Amino acid sequence: MSAPPAEPAARVELRQERDIAAARIAVSKAMDAMGARALRKTRFVTAVSEIARNALDHGGGGVIEIYRLERPLRIMIRCRDEGPGIADIDRAMTDGFSTARSMGKGLGGARRLVEAFRIDSRPGAGTTIEMEAKPS
Amino acid sequence: MSEAASIYTVDKVLLVAIRDNITDTDIINLQEDLSEKIVNESARGVVIDIAALEIVDTFVGRILAQLSSISRLLAAETYIVGMRPAVAMTLVELGMDLPGSKTALSLSHALRSLKAKGLA
Repeated sequence: MSAPPAEPAARVELRQERDIAAARIAVSKAMDAMGARALRKTRFVTAVSEIARNALDHGGGGVIEIYRLERPLRIMIRCRDEGPGIADIDRAMTDGFSTARSMGKGLGGARRLVEAFRIDSRPGAGTTIEMEAKPS
Repeated sequence: MSEAASIYTVDKVLLVAIRDNITDTDIINLQEDLSEKIVNESARGVVIDIAALEIVDTFVGRILAQLSSISRLLAAETYIVGMRPAVAMTLVELGMDLPGSKTALSLSHALRSLKAKGLA
């Protein structure tokens, strides 16, 4: 994972279900501040919802940091958890793979909805996901 | 019933308005409350208004599809109304086009369809 570009514009702890909504709202606000188009925002916020739920369900909670990157202007989020990690990332990214209450479209779906997707996970070392999107 | 969704009955049709801050637990509770209400009120039609939802992710999408299936088994027809265009486009990309769920652009369109079928 690359070093943080700057201080995050916002930070949301993922400890309970309602924090998933809090993360969506924080990302939505950050994109509004960039003048993001409705479809761009919906796609990115949906992807954030998927990975936030993933961090809560599989990672036992975590934290989402929201960054505003310049030149070109884009939003970046980093979601970290200290859960058990994902043993087989390729398999976890495949639609239909599910270990909990999702339909198994969550991670693969999130990757399709964003412009850049990076995942770093090792068994026992937690999972970090970074996603980026342009506002328009 | 939680604050995150409310169920109203109009002409034997159950109207459900989902609020944007609904949590996973709320929506699972809604599934249970709605199933019981369909039976208790002999409802033949259900309209779920998701206009307040800024996004529908795979979890909420799956619950909406399940709500439609449960209603159908209990002899009620369900319409999902008020979906935002960006939500529809995103759901298709997620591979969730809600098969088995009927949709209508608005509450009045859904009610008209239900009335035409004699279900309202």
